[in-house]
Amino acid sequence: MDNLKSELSVVGKPIPKLDAAQKAMGRAEYIQDVKLPGMLYGKILYSKFANANIIKIDTSKAKALAGVHAVLTGEDVPKKMKMGFIKDNPPIKKGRVSSFRDEVAAVAAISPEIAKKALALIEIEYEELEGIFDPEKAMEKDAPLVHEHLKSNVLKMPWNIHYGDVDKAEKESAFVVEDRFTTTWVTHCCMGTSGAVALFDASDNLTIYSNTQIPSLAQKDFLEALKSMGLENKRARVIKPIIGGGFGSKLDTYAYEHIAILLAHKCKKPVKIMFDRVEEFNATSTRQPTVIYIKQGCDKNGKLTFRDMRMVLDNGAHTSWGATTPSVMLMPISSLYKVENVKYNAKCVYTNNTYSQAMRGYGNPQATFAIESSMDMLAEKCGMDRVEFRKINKNQSGDETPQGLKITSCGLEECIDAVKEELKFDNNNEKGVGTGIASLIHVGGGARIYGSDGCGAILKMDDYGKVDIFTGGSDMGQGLDNITAQIVAEELGLFAEDINVVHSDTDVCPWDVGAHASRSTFVAGNAALGAAKKVKKKIQEFASKILDAPAEALEFKDRNVFFPGDPEKTMPIGKLLRKAHFSPNGTMLMAENFYDPDNQNMGKELKGNMSMTYSFGAHGVKVKVDEETGKVEVLEYVAAHDVGRAINPLLLEGQVYGGVVMGLGYALTEEVVNQNGKNMNANFRDYKLFTAKD
Amino acid sequence: MTTKISFILNGDKISYEIKDHWTLSHLLREEMGLIGTKEGCGNGECGACTVIVDNLAVNSCLYLAIEIDDKNVETIEGLASTDGTLHPLQQSFVDNGGIQCGFCSPGMIMSSKALLDENPDADREEIKHALAGNICRCTGYIQIFESVEAAKELAAEDKGGENG
Repeated sequence: MDNLKSELSVVGKPIPKLDAAQKAMGRAEYIQDVKLPGMLYGKILYSKFANANIIKIDTSKAKALAGVHAVLTGEDVPKKMKMGFIKDNPPIKKGRVSSFRDEVAAVAAISPEIAKKALALIEIEYEELEGIFDPEKAMEKDAPLVHEHLKSNVLKMPWNIHYGDVDKAEKESAFVVEDRFTTTWVTHCCMGTSGAVALFDASDNLTIYSNTQIPSLAQKDFLEALKSMGLENKRARVIKPIIGGGFGSKLDTYAYEHIAILLAHKCKKPVKIMFDRVEEFNATSTRQPTVIYIKQGCDKNGKLTFRDMRMVLDNGAHTSWGATTPSVMLMPISSLYKVENVKYNAKCVYTNNTYSQAMRGYGNPQATFAIESSMDMLAEKCGMDRVEFRKINKNQSGDETPQGLKITSCGLEECIDAVKEELKFDNNNEKGVGTGIASLIHVGGGARIYGSDGCGAILKMDDYGKVDIFTGGSDMGQGLDNITAQIVAEELGLFAEDINVVHSDTDVCPWDVGAHASRSTFVAGNAALGAAKKVKKKIQEFASKILDAPAEALEFKDRNVFFPGDPEKTMPIGKLLRKAHFSPNGTMLMAENFYDPDNQNMGKELKGNMSMTYSFGAHGVKVKVDEETGKVEVLEYVAAHDVGRAINPLLLEGQVYGGVVMGLGYALTEEVVNQNGKNMNANFRDYKLFTAKD
Repeated sequence: MTTKISFILNGDKISYEIKDHWTLSHLLREEMGLIGTKEGCGNGECGACTVIVDNLAVNSCLYLAIEIDDKNVETIEGLASTDGTLHPLQQSFVDNGGIQCGFCSPGMIMSSKALLDENPDADREEIKHALAGNICRCTGYIQIFESVEAAKELAAEDKGGENG
């Protein structure tokens, strides 16, 4: 709290992204750019059908091709090598394929061209089976089963929640509205496609270069993969090159990584698998489409009485984090606006489509879209202004929501007012022009989804006043490097450029649960702050003797330690560090810190304060609709967010701008066109991202 | 089939024996190790591989290497001064939040350079038009437009300085 009162030198400043110059010069190394001596190139062959039995695979011609080092099929994959959080997905399928994206074989060769040629020489005989592509149909009694041994297409997930008494509240409501909404398939479209390079050392320890938002959890997956290969007690080192965009796509480990590991082990050479754009569209996981049923009611004064929501989610053929998005959907469903009685049921359903994954917002956008659409309908039904209606039901500081979320501070009303002020809702009589408003709640202080929501940091200072900080947190362009550097620099009286943030290598960086749930600034930031505080205390103790001043009174600014009462008592931090180092019984200044917030796991009851704080916001938009063609033109867009103190306003604005445009794409232009499990628009001509001209 | 071509690359005279089917991005990235030119789609749809050939911004993933014979090629590696000073466009992209993940940045900067070389006073609409072929997934473009506009000012100041 002291910091909030005093003037800050580094935190709160729009310091450009620390790696921006490197990127602007074309010197940043992405997975695309990793080339190792003797490296082979791997390629993956995918299924020809959405659902089929594999009768026979003949790889002899591929194996005979000059330059080919290895050909793998499902037979070569260890039985226990499976992916996804319920481990239902081997990296190469054996006997049966359940989506076009299913891997059936892989090749390593001396060039990508030869690897591609070899794929074409693999002969596979399939027996095509009837597929199921609509999750609601997949729930019907006689629907074909995606996984016969499971006896049902509905996943066993715990998404069935009832807070309060919805039935009673409905009976007592003055107004009730009900509707069905659907959301489409959209995909991350990271500009840098996916890829990995795997290699083994002489003792069978693995190093893997990969795009990942979860270095520590990926390391655990790869250790399990090694174990399945009979390589128990070996090491797995994950090196994360600069990431060309994340957005949730890199929250799991994937077949291409496991296949690269298998090929590298077999060939005893580094193996690189790099996706092209078509593969990126076809073989990475999307945000799943949802069917949403919502019923809401209010009393005669416009106070919300209940919210009853039911969803069907297309899980695809295998299971990744997409099946857990209802845990985040629950947050707006239970806690966006004040509503005591809440029911929510979500069914994740296997289909023969591509399997689903986390994507920016992790389910929150789908749920909020339905809630806010329904809020407009309910406001209209009870004859109230939609902005006033929202304000009547606003969240407030000090609230505890039915889910048990403790709202520590809430600027929702201010955000709504800011949007209203800017957009002037009532002054539009022009034909085809309309306005809309929606609010949001999201976690802002970590999100305890796993046993630990923690992050580690190790900080060391050199003899010249410079800092290396090794953080578990991951930067993928969003700016965690700056956040870490600015927090550490502030605490130690240094400049951001004095701080080198290392976030790329599990051999040197401590554990972190991953870059998700808007948690990194808060959790990795606190991890770094704690380490900086420890080092600061050590410097103060040492400087106290040198400067003959009380340790706790010493302050740090502009690379100096000083005693505020006496201008004589000051010393550059670097000089002090050298003195500490090169004195009898010398010491170097280092510290480690692990920060795990005091938030709660939701547990079986799906109740608990999952985050230390929640962020609120409101967005408003004015659009013009061509009533003949349906074309929507966005005339104005206003976003207001309660963010607390911005550690870096420049990067914060970048996050909001980028999020808004990605959201507009989701609403207006983007859609993976899925025809019987096949992606029909796997390119940027037909998958319409917003361009500079939109 | 191989062919020997000569061209100017970032101010240097180069002779290179190439295979006729190589694309320019392949020559730059895979053969010459100039990784600054990125490949985001390989189909001319994303603009990440944009370089400048004889003052025109082109998608190097579609441009055959053999076509650069006797031509002047500029890539992102050639923009900063030899003393390490960033080009005004590079500096303004850094300062104005025009770069997040950075994968589109080299192409974005090269398209912007081609525009400003031809039209130093380009307005917002002209900037949008020039960058329409460069996709960015991180920034929502706003800070990229601001970066190009700031670069115009920087360049104008530099010129003022030289004249003065």
